[in-house]
Amino acid sequence: MSAPARPRLALAEEALVFERSRPGRRAGRMPVLDVPGAPPDAIPAAMRRRAAPRLPEVSENELVRHFTRLSQRNYGIDTGFYPLGSCSMKYNPKLAEDAAAMAGFRRLHPLQPESQTQGALQLLVELERALCAVTGMAGVTFQPAAGAHGELTGLLIMRAFHERNGQRRHRVIIPDSAHGTNPASVTLAGYSTEEVPSDARGLIDVEALERMVSDDVAGLMITNPNTLGLFEENIERVAAAIHSVGGLLYYDGANLNAILGRSRPGDMGFDIVHMNLHKTFATPHGGGGPGAGPLAVSERLVPFLPGPRPALDEATGRYTWDEGDERSIGRMHSFWGNFGILVRASSYARALGSDGLRHVAERAVLNANYLAHRLRGTYDLAFDAQPMHEFVLSARKQKVRGAKAMDIAKRVLDHGFHAPTVYFPLIVDEAMMIEPTETETVETLDAFADALIAINAEIDSAPELLKTAPHAAPISRPDEARAARDLKPRWYPDDHAVGHESGSAGPADKPTI
Amino acid sequence: MEFAPHTDDDVRQMLDALGISSIDELFAPIPAGLRFDRDLDIPIGLSEIEVLRDLAGLAAKNRSADDLICFLGAGAYDHHVPSMVWPLLSRGEFATSYTPYQPEMSQGVLQALFEYQTMVSELTGLEISNASLYDGGSAVAEAVHMATAATGRRAVVVAGCVNPLYLGVLRTVARGPEVEVRETRWGSGGTADLDAVRAAASDASAVIVQHPSFFGTLEDVGALADVAHSGGAKLIVHFDLTSAGLLEAPGALGADVVIAEGQPFGNHLNFGGPYVGVIACRREDARRLPGRLVGETVDREGRRAFVLTLQAREQHIRREKATSNICTNQTLNALGTAIALAWLGPAGLRELGETCLAKARYARDRLVEVAGARPAFDAPFFKEFAIRLSADATRVCERAAADGYLAGLPVSRLLPGRGLDDVLLVAVTERRTHEEIDGLAEAVARACKEEA
Repeated sequence: MSAPARPRLALAEEALVFERSRPGRRAGRMPVLDVPGAPPDAIPAAMRRRAAPRLPEVSENELVRHFTRLSQRNYGIDTGFYPLGSCSMKYNPKLAEDAAAMAGFRRLHPLQPESQTQGALQLLVELERALCAVTGMAGVTFQPAAGAHGELTGLLIMRAFHERNGQRRHRVIIPDSAHGTNPASVTLAGYSTEEVPSDARGLIDVEALERMVSDDVAGLMITNPNTLGLFEENIERVAAAIHSVGGLLYYDGANLNAILGRSRPGDMGFDIVHMNLHKTFATPHGGGGPGAGPLAVSERLVPFLPGPRPALDEATGRYTWDEGDERSIGRMHSFWGNFGILVRASSYARALGSDGLRHVAERAVLNANYLAHRLRGTYDLAFDAQPMHEFVLSARKQKVRGAKAMDIAKRVLDHGFHAPTVYFPLIVDEAMMIEPTETETVETLDAFADALIAINAEIDSAPELLKTAPHAAPISRPDEARAARDLKPRWYPDDHAVGHESGSAGPADKPTI
Repeated sequence: MEFAPHTDDDVRQMLDALGISSIDELFAPIPAGLRFDRDLDIPIGLSEIEVLRDLAGLAAKNRSADDLICFLGAGAYDHHVPSMVWPLLSRGEFATSYTPYQPEMSQGVLQALFEYQTMVSELTGLEISNASLYDGGSAVAEAVHMATAATGRRAVVVAGCVNPLYLGVLRTVARGPEVEVRETRWGSGGTADLDAVRAAASDASAVIVQHPSFFGTLEDVGALADVAHSGGAKLIVHFDLTSAGLLEAPGALGADVVIAEGQPFGNHLNFGGPYVGVIACRREDARRLPGRLVGETVDREGRRAFVLTLQAREQHIRREKATSNICTNQTLNALGTAIALAWLGPAGLRELGETCLAKARYARDRLVEVAGARPAFDAPFFKEFAIRLSADATRVCERAAADGYLAGLPVSRLLPGRGLDDVLLVAVTERRTHEEIDGLAEAVARACKEEA
């Protein structure tokens, strides 16, 4: 059996679109004006633009080539394997794109009356049912545009719930392995963060948690499986500790892919759950967005959800917007959320169904366990326990021999794969976090494992190859310190070509998620 | 229909390698009591043919802006999406890529975002644009967070009429840091009352104005900048970028932070999202900027390279002290905005503004002449205007829809209880024709007569 092809990105540099500009050249035009032109005083002189914005002047053909060439200098799932831990970079089915492009969805204005948007409302109500089924929750808001947006929404609901009960609590607990968005969202919601340590097995130290809880604790935010890829087997005890002081349990859905149809946050005792549909429900990441971060809550929190919410009026069979009452925290999005992403997620949920979603978790966990098995003799597993959908390696042994996790990650690029997530979670020395997802073949997993094993051997045989990697990518390591020190966030017409002095600093050891 | 590639043989061999005999053993870490062993309460999977048939059925239950002639705006506009935009955005190398944290594999997205940032900087008149926020509403909240951090003050003043949907987002999010949102009245022109703003802003972190306003009227950004700055507040301008070929850049008039809804360039209506939140600021505020920022640098060979920079502001580094919690943003939509702006170029952007302005003025005149409507406000406007009808605007819109028109937004839907039941907000983009505008005026006239 032949190994999968190793993709190569385009090496040729591409000029900035502004550097292609020629005065008088253009692409788009407006129709000939078929109404009287506006009189000169239609806009007061003081408000008129003096100098035209320096947009590029380029023909359509050149623009298409420019952006096509840029795309060829970029790696996507459609290009190759993306073993990014915590990101669930699975295949994005193309049927979802066809669904989202239907004029009845794509050309719908968000403020059209309910009578004109029955199909869209029905799609949302049906997707809400599916997400409730998956999470074991009672109601959903679709307004959050991304996971972190869902976190803030959930924390504001947490706060509104406690304040409704006459309590101004101040603390939210997160594990020391948490994503950065968790503490950042906690701050924005007006709470302070407290970290509960992980124990020697990589799980929440439940005894420490039980000592931390008090009636000043608003809640606890965790992923399960946690960011080490390990299932928090004491989750019921964790829930009991939080609930015993009246706190709420928040489920960060970053790792929901591991348990689809095999376990439900609602059954574990969670009160609030956000999902990353751009992970679990296979909508494309788009180079960093758009995603969708719908939030599901238990029955007692449904009245606090942002409004309006899509609803079915059982009496008439008509779909409506339910405004809710004064308990709702209010609006989180200009309109109803990233509807185009919700259409894609809906098509995915319909295609997979109850049977297919369960298989997602099974194949994702199988792939992760297989890959961990292939690599554990070469790299240390950060915690020696059976992982779920992802696992964390430590390159501490490799570091002693002269290669850091970042060096290994950069060398992975030369083998035609995207790098794993590195330096996260923060509690693991030289962390390399790997999530293969369910849509990769065993051949790809083997090829990736072979590459990581070969790289390990190179640490001794060809150490410079790692230090200076990547060698086959469109650029070598960029000078990130210079980018921050001499901030250059845009092009100017009088820019000189960047000098050919050698870059000094390599990438800092910082998380890459 | 499933997308996992495993054959039965694959599964068996992988289980053998792991030394286990069943898939169930993979889930052994989950305590028995928490294992879900029923079927999820949703239908079983369908083929691609069936899924697309079902969704086409749902889509057909909607009446889209292809079925109705769209004069509805209020934050989402039926502008032309250039044909080249989505074929380029649909390229898998863009659409299925991750956040460009590995710059060596992401120069395409990084360079395109750098070009987007440059275009936003040109349109807003401020040097530093980030790589996108969620939408125009969340951009208001993020701009307020910047002003709060910069001034240490905990009140913001809303000048004139800002889209009530954006203010809804702001009021929700303001509860976290306990920021007070002070609304001020608008004058007969439908624009900010400078005296009211001055009185409210002396201890505020920022003055927020929408330009053109929610009512479409042009605000005096320069005067508002003076008012805000004299009290030590920042000026935040929510700007309609489609006007940027005609209207002076807010940054050139004294705005400190300019935000916008980027939907009109390259993004479909999509029932409200995904759109793209735009934010730009001055260089001295760069370290308070939320979200991702692309910067230029060099690689080891001295070649030009692009990276995510000033990451010490962001949640994955700074955690609870980050300037924002935003991680995933709207990159692909921002790329769409950049491509559409490049397609227009400076001449196209100016023509776009002139076309919208001329058609909006023609539409208002026809509605006055044919439908007996009166302008609700007397200030100059750009592509959207508020008009008083001789009948209830909601009822008129219902009747006009039967004639094939999305006549506009009945303003009372978003501003209830303010005596605006007869006010219609009409948006006119470059896509509308002379005949469509005449038809709208006649349909509204007919509806008003029937309601009388």
